[in-house]
Amino acid sequence: MPRLLKNRAFVADRWTRVAGDGDRRDADGPLLLPLGRWREQRTGLLALPPERLGIWLSGEEEPDAIGADVACFGCIAIHFPGFMDGRGFSCGRLLRERHGYRGELRASGDIIPDQLHYLWRCGFDAFELPDSVSLETALRCLDAFSTAYQTDARPAA
Amino acid sequence: MYRYDERDRTLVRERVRQFRHQTERYLAGELTDDQFRPLRLQNGLYIQRVAPMLRISVPYGLLSSAQLRRLAHIARNYDKGYAHFTTRQNVQFNWPRLEEVPDIRAELAEVEMHAIQTSGNCVRNITTDEFAGVAVDEIEDPRPWCELVRQWATFHPEFAFLPRKFKIAISGSASDRAAIAIHDIGLQLHRNAAGELGFRVLVGGGLGRTPMLGEPIREWLEPRHLRTYLDAILRLYNRYGRRDNKHKARIKILVKAWGAEEFARRVEAEWAHLKDGPGTVADAEIANVRRFFTDPAYDAEPAAATEVEIARLAEAERAFARWLERNVRPHRMPGYAAVVLSLKPIGVPPGDVTDAQLEAIADLAERYAFGEVRVTHHQNLVLADVRRSALHGLWRELRALGFATPTIGTLGDIICCPGGDFCSLANAKSIPIAEAIQREFDDLDYLYDLGDLSLNISGCMNACGHHHVGNIGILGVDKKGEEFYQIQVGGAAGSDAALGEVLGPSFYAPQVPRVIARILETYVDQRHDGETFLETYRRIGIEPFKESVYAKAA
Ligand code: SF4
Repeated sequence: MPRLLKNRAFVADRWTRVAGDGDRRDADGPLLLPLGRWREQRTGLLALPPERLGIWLSGEEEPDAIGADVACFGCIAIHFPGFMDGRGFSCGRLLRERHGYRGELRASGDIIPDQLHYLWRCGFDAFELPDSVSLETALRCLDAFSTAYQTDARPAA
Repeated sequence: MYRYDERDRTLVRERVRQFRHQTERYLAGELTDDQFRPLRLQNGLYIQRVAPMLRISVPYGLLSSAQLRRLAHIARNYDKGYAHFTTRQNVQFNWPRLEEVPDIRAELAEVEMHAIQTSGNCVRNITTDEFAGVAVDEIEDPRPWCELVRQWATFHPEFAFLPRKFKIAISGSASDRAAIAIHDIGLQLHRNAAGELGFRVLVGGGLGRTPMLGEPIREWLEPRHLRTYLDAILRLYNRYGRRDNKHKARIKILVKAWGAEEFARRVEAEWAHLKDGPGTVADAEIANVRRFFTDPAYDAEPAAATEVEIARLAEAERAFARWLERNVRPHRMPGYAAVVLSLKPIGVPPGDVTDAQLEAIADLAERYAFGEVRVTHHQNLVLADVRRSALHGLWRELRALGFATPTIGTLGDIICCPGGDFCSLANAKSIPIAEAIQREFDDLDYLYDLGDLSLNISGCMNACGHHHVGNIGILGVDKKGEEFYQIQVGGAAGSDAALGEVLGPSFYAPQVPRVIARILETYVDQRHDGETFLETYRRIGIEPFKESVYAKAA
């Protein structure tokens, strides 16, 4: 089970991820829905408050696909299919900088702690990490650099 | 030359600390081989055929005497007493011990050097013209822009896990000496009709398995938009470059798939969102970088007497005359010259220098050239600011050190990758081939008669030796475990860049010098007055070369 790093601590994850469009679960707990389900049921889902409505995108899904609706979501997760697949870094920035998304932006899937600092600079503020990663390692990786050459999309620390 | 400020120093220090932490976690089993590999590569550390290899970044090829001395010290104390200059203007150590690599990094950091992003799927070292700032045909000094792009690329949070490596070259002169057409992005500074400075942007060049020349996607880009425009290109590549096949993952494949026009259109669309954003280069920012690349304290008087004396000495000493002709280049300041130090004496792997030689060069640079040296992508070194009145004295010293081989730009000035002697990816050895060719053609009169002629050798398809863009290119291939060499002709790397054409079936190593001899004879037979090899090839095509090689070599 991955653990969720948020606000510099491992915290309980209140979101339940709905894996694919085949998963028809209708729990009342806050759900992270796949894009297909959102598209299908968008009108109905819009009635939910952001605290209950989340979505997750895979590497190839376009942030533009939800660009107009980002304010409806309390959590957006970007799924990394492999840690070498860096597409999600761009997705994070697009959601923050182009679409003005302000809610929780989560990196999920195959990420390594050594990517936390760059992920954070690309706008992510929540990270699913394997159980084996200690808090100390995670924070050291998150804080790898104290300055930078580029402008970025870092959330307030 | 650029000097670190507090931010640069902090980042390099933090990087050293970060990599130490990563190495510890790897050794403790917290990171797998697969997880650690990209981390070590982005810190320049390869695990090679015989030993680890550490590639050190030389930003756009500039080195100070102090840095050279430190490289000499590292070569002596951590390696087997030599260093290797690469075709990307970097330095490699082929024999460091893994456990000492952190110490080497600490030694480097003290002289403002590092191995950051010299490998891996990220933006690599920025390369440029070795005559930047002194060339007579320069439109604008590219170095401040190189530095700005270096900073932009270093630890760019969005582009550290690209589909594949990414190389950028910048040229500021009318004639392109930075081979920008074979880079993922090539930037050419030039002036528009209104006389304003801007960049022509090429994208999608690269060698390797599928060689391609970069295609222009924008004729003129206002310099202050450089970073946001680069962000737009890299973002498209990061999002849409292929990740399913590493041989199809370079940006050139994406450019080809979309077509240059469509690619350009999509870059413009992406850029529209970024343009004038926070990444825009402020005037103060470029002005701040420019102040590191001002003229040194030139004080030579251009004197007719100096020229008379040079002419007299050249008359008296043929070897000096030859060196002046091939290894000395004009300088925009009267009374000065740029001098190329050949790292291609016969019998030494191209680009290799010993610790003692590095120190000697550091001394020469201090005494003759304001303490600065440049690395060229031809694997030579340049002292860019030498008083003409000091040329003869410098030549004598260079000759004693073995750096005065007067073959720059000729067949003797071979570009050659480390190949099968060092590199684990190689299909065949390349260094012995270079040496065999140099030995076969060691008659300077013949080399001079052949004139400007580039011969490039790579030990495999990865093309580190740029064989596709040599006038003559040699590629090592493996056929059922045996080493063969495929030969191409007609490549060119400069403003008239072109990819060479394969001559035909490949050859055994011992046949190669004779094949080259046939190619050269064909050129000499067919050339018109004053025609270079490339010009003759372009006029007559590949057939006459094929005929002579395969008719007689069979
Ligand atoms: S061209 Fe091939 S053999 Fe030569 S250095 Fe590159 S990878 Fe190694």
